Amino acid sequence: MAVPSFLARDRIVARPGFNRWLIPPAALAVHLCIGQAYATSVYKTALVEHFDTSLTAIGIIFSIAIVMLGVSAALFGTWVDRNGPRAAMFTSAVFWVAGFLVGGVGIETGQLWLLYLGYGVLGGIGLGIGYISPVSTLIKWFPDRPGLATGMAIMGFGGGALIASPLSRQLMNYYDPAYDGTAGTVPNGEAVAALFFTLAAVYLVFMMFGAFIVRVPADGWRPTGFDPSSVKKKALVTTENVSANNAIKTPQFWLLWTVLFCNVTAGIGILEQAAPMIQDFFRNGETSTVAAATAAGFVGLLSLFNMGGRFVWSSTSDFIGRKPIYMVYLGVGMVLYVILATLGSTATWIFVLTAAIIISFYGGGFSTVPAYLRDLFGTYQVGAIHGRLLTAWSAAGVAGPLIINGVLDTQGTPGQLVAANYRPALFIMVGLLAIGFIANLLIKPVAAKWHESTATTPATARANPERSAAR
Amino acid sequence: MSHPVTDDRQSTHTPVGLIAFAWTLVGVPLAYGLYNTVKAASALFGG
Repeated sequence: MAVPSFLARDRIVARPGFNRWLIPPAALAVHLCIGQAYATSVYKTALVEHFDTSLTAIGIIFSIAIVMLGVSAALFGTWVDRNGPRAAMFTSAVFWVAGFLVGGVGIETGQLWLLYLGYGVLGGIGLGIGYISPVSTLIKWFPDRPGLATGMAIMGFGGGALIASPLSRQLMNYYDPAYDGTAGTVPNGEAVAALFFTLAAVYLVFMMFGAFIVRVPADGWRPTGFDPSSVKKKALVTTENVSANNAIKTPQFWLLWTVLFCNVTAGIGILEQAAPMIQDFFRNGETSTVAAATAAGFVGLLSLFNMGGRFVWSSTSDFIGRKPIYMVYLGVGMVLYVILATLGSTATWIFVLTAAIIISFYGGGFSTVPAYLRDLFGTYQVGAIHGRLLTAWSAAGVAGPLIINGVLDTQGTPGQLVAANYRPALFIMVGLLAIGFIANLLIKPVAAKWHESTATTPATARANPERSAAR
Repeated sequence: MSHPVTDDRQSTHTPVGLIAFAWTLVGVPLAYGLYNTVKAASALFGG
């Protein structure tokens, strides 16, 4: 599928002397926008009232978007690698913004299916393409610090929710002055529709800015003082390349898929239930010693650790290695989950600290995985391989809430649950992390038979990306 | 910053102002989000 010439990869090859520090803000401009996906809870109740429907019917919008994220990242990953980041960011912006516009029209006209189609399907495609769009480019610009580079971008996805939540409240208050953001007040549907149209305009400008400043390095470019042979000396790190179609035939891909699935599922277990969970852990009879406002503060703290973990842990992985850092995420994560299940209700600080570190590992798992893929499969089609791996996120997005909600449903009524009711779900998460830990331990370097021929240059590879697909 | 291996095209210079502008454009909203989240999280510590 050809792209217009102004989006073509050839048009954005950086000339010698280009400063690579212009690339992270280009990536952030996209990820800060699509990170809004994690801020949908601010207008959830308003949509329930506007459409006079259930929370589940509204929650499906987010589920569709996350499933479409995984599907589109997997399907369009090779296209993204072939056509470059400008075409990908531009396309992502078009879909993401169209999603808000169609969704806004759906709210205005009372057509819920338009919200499913708009925010769910179109927006979800924008999410998937946007999420992977800068990853391969950043890895190529920062071969010396791939974890730092992808950490910066994927931190933006966490940061997007931090921006969108307060901004959405302020905008809905502007469009419906009766809504002031406090508990008990709900904005009307017109205010949510106006919010959608406003966000569409803002995100269009930001994402297009990212698309037009992004550049790809020339073939063979490397940072001053960087010696590629020094990379090869590290365990598991290859200077060879594996195509996306061959990568999914290797055990390494599926082991890493399992690692990501387990890490994300375990994290979602806490994120999904954060506010009621802290209140239930410190419930005394009918009331909790943790007030609703404090629970909201806990959710805010988790968002900070989710974002911070994406940057800090991924950057740390550049020094200690990808496999060891996942041993920390999964191994220490298991210990923390056991502490949470057994000692979490004894003191608020124990609960808050363990949950916050677990969520930082959840974020770190997302941001470190592109660098892990680079180590195992090389830079050739790392964007496409990353896209296919993100189906683990979609699967975890379904499995995580199913596990936690399914277990809690058997334990009692919401609002009357206590810490002990959470233990079965938390121990299931420990088991999942153990599976992920073993999967990570089993990861070995990719067999040479999957490596691309050394005659494959980046240019010929782009021209014929499926060349080795039949191997 | 760059070290071209085989690139005989005319070299360029990225203006520092452009880099500063780009980082400001993404940094200001991020700071706004961080400020609001820290303010919300402070309720956890009795703030």
